[in-house]
Amino acid sequence: MASIDLRNITKIYRDAKRKRDLLAIDNVSLSVEKNEFLCLLGSSGCGKSTLLNMIAGFEKPTEGTVTVGGTPVDGPGADRGMVFQQANLMPWLPVWENVAFHLRLKGWRKADRRDAAQEYIDMVGLRGFENHFPAELSGGMSQRVGIARALLLNPQVILMDEPFAALDAQTKMDMQEELVAIWQKQRCTVVFVTHSVDEALVLGTRVAVMTSRPGRIRELIALDLPRPRDTTGPRFNDHKRHILNLIREEGMQQRQAAVA
Amino acid sequence: MTALSKSWERAVVPLFILAAWEVFSRSGFLPAALLPAPSVVLHTWGDWIFGFDETSQANTGRWFADALSSAMRVAAGYGIAVISGVLLGIAIGWWRWVERTVEPTIQMLRPVPPVSWIPLAIIWFGIANKPAIFLVFLGAFFPILMNTIHGVKTADRNLIRAASMMGATEQQLLRHVVFPAALPSIFAGLRIGIGAAWMLTVTAEMVAVKSGLGYVLWDSYYFLRYDLVLAAMASIGLLGYATDALIKVLMSAALHWQHGSTLQSREG
Repeated sequence: MASIDLRNITKIYRDAKRKRDLLAIDNVSLSVEKNEFLCLLGSSGCGKSTLLNMIAGFEKPTEGTVTVGGTPVDGPGADRGMVFQQANLMPWLPVWENVAFHLRLKGWRKADRRDAAQEYIDMVGLRGFENHFPAELSGGMSQRVGIARALLLNPQVILMDEPFAALDAQTKMDMQEELVAIWQKQRCTVVFVTHSVDEALVLGTRVAVMTSRPGRIRELIALDLPRPRDTTGPRFNDHKRHILNLIREEGMQQRQAAVA
Repeated sequence: MTALSKSWERAVVPLFILAAWEVFSRSGFLPAALLPAPSVVLHTWGDWIFGFDETSQANTGRWFADALSSAMRVAAGYGIAVISGVLLGIAIGWWRWVERTVEPTIQMLRPVPPVSWIPLAIIWFGIANKPAIFLVFLGAFFPILMNTIHGVKTADRNLIRAASMMGATEQQLLRHVVFPAALPSIFAGLRIGIGAAWMLTVTAEMVAVKSGLGYVLWDSYYFLRYDLVLAAMASIGLLGYATDALIKVLMSAALHWQHGSTLQSREG
């Protein structure tokens, strides 16, 4: 059984001010298998984050159904861990309390929360920063806390919305490597939204290339490249060339449509 | 050494003013009774507090009782204002239907100056603690309420998203996300509120109550004891300053997470 199932998803935004409806996502169907690492790749405004938010339960499709683990999604829940573009940490809580926030909600005792948080803090390499506050962390460290926080939910699926977009190139590479290592260790399902072709090719087991306005899935590409991925190898570049061509074609069609 | 020289810098202006005032009062330019010298005020104040030579007449040795009755009124009215202002503010900020039903009424009552309630307060509550507590409540309630609403409304939506992703119920969102997020703003309201609270206690004591620092102030005015008036003014200022300092201490303890991330936190 698929871990995540999107069936005939359509999303229409009603623009009340301009009295015009905007078709954001047009009849998208997509299945994500267990333990898969799916990258949703597309330019900004193509609806990839909207799809992710639907899986998370923050948005509802206008038509179609979203099921996770066989049950229809009806609002956000702790069975789906989300890592946001900004880390979105509670600034008044130290790192370990942020990581264990879910357990705070469940009413765990402080000592137990502290113990449980440590495992995930170690996993993302933040040992020694347990008592730091978010304002004292760098962007990369904040994202690590966000990842640890999502992992602690021990969710069936982890949803990531361009979590590394704001990081510098070196930090981004380190984080990508660590994420793959964590995913291999935890054996969870990951849906990762990105606009970077390289990032999608480094991370994913499959890449869904999306077109924009309305958002559709242009092509699903299975990646059988060995890990760690060689970003300069010929097969990597073949995939990259192919995807870039898709994107270029798409852009051309859009410009023509705009002129016509 | 630097700390010492810094505190010396702070004292320069007040000391200069006091010295000039002392000299001016003793120069005989004005009748001494109209502008008592600082030394005279200090002497009277000392007697009011410790009761050594009855220069403050009937008030001798009664300062602590007077200060306590004022402080109790502030505490009662302010306490009610804090609890009701924060709770109602969170409700108005969070639930649209509460905002729609309650806010218009509050916005209509808010511009009415609290002191203009004095006549009604007296006929409703008589001459005692209650009208004073009512006025203090009115004065402190609105700034606390408005700042709480503002704090709730400006809470980061993404933090609420993150918490609901982790399975937070609405009640948990309010307690674990919205309230702490609104806390900096709430404290701003608490500090404005405590100033209003002292102002209204003193006003109420001048008119509607027969005890407390404000009563002594007004009573001394009738008896032309301007040294006592000044001592009462200084006492009120001192207590106001002390309560504000207390709230500041509470604030920096509760908002310690802001250290290093805001301009305000650098003040210490």
